[in-house]
Amino acid sequence: MAYTKRFDGRKFDEIREMEAKVGVIKSADGSAMFRMGKTIAIAAVRGPRNLHPRFLQNPEKGILRCNYDLMSFSVNERKRPGPSRRSQEVSLVTEKALLPALNLDDFPNSVVDVFVQILQADAGTRCAGINAASLALADAGVPMSDLICAVATGIIHKDKAVIDINKEEEDYEGGMADTPLAIMPHSGRITLLQMDGEASREEIKSAIEKTKEACMKIRDVQVNALKKKYGGIKDEI
Amino acid sequence: MGELKIKDKQIVVPGEVLAEGMDYLPSAGTYRNENDILSNQIGLASVSGRVIKVIPLTGKYKPKRNDIVIGEVVNILMSGWIVDIGGPYSAMLTLKDASSSYIERGADLSQFYTYGDIIASEIVSVSKTKLIDLSMKGPGLKKLKGGRLIDVTSSKVPRIIGREGSMITMIKDSTKCRITVGQNGKVWISGNNVQDETKAVEAIMMVENESHSEGLTDKVKAFLEGK
Repeated sequence: MAYTKRFDGRKFDEIREMEAKVGVIKSADGSAMFRMGKTIAIAAVRGPRNLHPRFLQNPEKGILRCNYDLMSFSVNERKRPGPSRRSQEVSLVTEKALLPALNLDDFPNSVVDVFVQILQADAGTRCAGINAASLALADAGVPMSDLICAVATGIIHKDKAVIDINKEEEDYEGGMADTPLAIMPHSGRITLLQMDGEASREEIKSAIEKTKEACMKIRDVQVNALKKKYGGIKDEI
Repeated sequence: MGELKIKDKQIVVPGEVLAEGMDYLPSAGTYRNENDILSNQIGLASVSGRVIKVIPLTGKYKPKRNDIVIGEVVNILMSGWIVDIGGPYSAMLTLKDASSSYIERGADLSQFYTYGDIIASEIVSVSKTKLIDLSMKGPGLKKLKGGRLIDVTSSKVPRIIGREGSMITMIKDSTKCRITVGQNGKVWISGNNVQDETKAVEAIMMVENESHSEGLTDKVKAFLEGK
């Protein structure tokens, strides 16, 4: 059976409704919330600050540490709190997705800590987390060459690419290759690319192109959120 | 030909293209990517001639030589004090620079400054690895007793001081408080009574929150006279 219509009636290249808010955690140096449909991520940045233990310090530039986790109530079946194999992996890929945009040369021996929490999960949580983290880093005033935009695309074998899949689509029995992608929008450089499922080389290539286009829409939402906080936009957008 | 993509004093975000072409030059807060000049951080774009820079609106304090900073003594060593000046790096105040009077070898250093003391001092040097040396020799550099300490964003300190100190002088004269502003975003206020101090704090917070609006001096003046 061909996949002709999406569960929530969206077009195949349509992203879920997005919302971004900067400065949601007052005590942090920078923070942001990013919502894609029913997936909600919040991110807090602390630093640059003194790094302990000392052996982690790099005298040439500052380091980035990311911590991603799901809230225990964010998924249908209660998630046992604390680090897991999955959250460690996502923390690592988040860190590697954000690092190419950051310039930490001015902060030797220090650390920038990024904490990402998922309040509500409906697929694409690592992408929502990266979007929120990128905003939070900008809010914290960490020098960065570009924002990072991420979205997960589903590739259906011998069929088509479905942008920004939700949980229902992720679980599609026909086989959906879940492909999260993060880019730096100005240069188009890819900073995160994973794939879980089966797809051919051509399918992946065309999916990446479509996903990059979708990322530009995410960038608009991020820029608006930042300008709203810092007074670039007077009223509602 | 080069083309400017933004207006002077416009809010820009990281990755935003400020200008195209080689006619413009990137300065602080910006970088060049092939043909484009892009912003590095959130801030106000500032164009002067061919040079484009971005004045940051947020971020931690970056220590600079000759800055007056307010810090807290957090440790006493054999040869000086460690001072927390905010941001990721702590600073060192050595015996040589600690006082205009001579401090004898082996003297009890806690007699001069002890844990929790708030001091106003000047940065004499910042090394590449961010080792910061302080000095207490200079006018107005002393231990700050009593009063209250508030934190503001360090990038907004120039607005709090105002052009040639106009803003801070106005607040000082109106509230009759003694105020010391550190470049690291720490402001020390000491007045004759709580009401004066509170008023000064409110005025400074007002400057911080509306730092880049037009006619700020008049607004603060109206606030100070109105209450």
